[in-house]
Amino acid sequence: MLLTRKAEFSASHVCLNPAWTAEQNQAVYGNNANPNGHGHNYVLEVTLAGDPDPVTGMVFDLRELKEILNREVVDRMDHRFLNKEVPPFDRVIPTTENLATEIWKRIEPEIRREGLRLHNVRLYETADLFVDYGGRQ
Amino acid sequence: MTLTSRYRFSASHRLDTPALTPDENRQLYGKCNNPHGHGHDYVLEISVDGPVDRDGQVVNREVLDALVRQRVLARLDHKNLNADLPEFAATVPTTENLATLVRGALEEHWTLPARLARVRISETGRNSFELEVPNG
Repeated sequence: MLLTRKAEFSASHVCLNPAWTAEQNQAVYGNNANPNGHGHNYVLEVTLAGDPDPVTGMVFDLRELKEILNREVVDRMDHRFLNKEVPPFDRVIPTTENLATEIWKRIEPEIRREGLRLHNVRLYETADLFVDYGGRQ
Repeated sequence: MTLTSRYRFSASHRLDTPALTPDENRQLYGKCNNPHGHGHDYVLEISVDGPVDRDGQVVNREVLDALVRQRVLARLDHKNLNADLPEFAATVPTTENLATLVRGALEEHWTLPARLARVRISETGRNSFELEVPNG
């Protein structure tokens, strides 16, 4: 059975490769390359796979999942400038893809430790743009 | 990694097939058979699948947006699907057929390194049609 929990965080970022010219950055990252940054209300949907416990009837305690998401993602990223305040985005460009990969890396071991499998990380940058990451390329 | 981008277009259509009688068409398509047609604010989701490149992206958004704008939205937005699209001169413009048209229009001009993985169209907030593009 799949279980999905949603979390939200608001953060600013800039997608800019310092080795490139402004034109090159504009061509690759569009208006995400504005050097002063800009913000989004990110919406994260984390999906776990597992069987309901025969006693509790639950795949996983949602409070525990909420705590993991708060600790590993929301507390670190909410109301932050990702490039300046949230490693590794001081050196990794905080595209939605790289953010989803980083979130996977941070929460996957926590989920695995609980005997469950992280199935998917979906991250909305805006209501109209999101990525899905299942741990493979 | 799969990236999904959402777009919108508004269009009118009428569902009616010459293969059936007027009565049969009315029965099959119901309100969608109204002779004067009717319209929807469609929501289109394009999913693109591939590895994250060294720029940290599955796909360059500007390139994807330009392709969808040019090859899909420019042809569909504020159009009468039956009257304005030659593809629907003899084919019923159901949203199923529309999804197939969108896939074809994108694949014909696809130059992105990532692959087109899915076309999803919501005709209204209550119904949507999803076309998975097989890998390879």
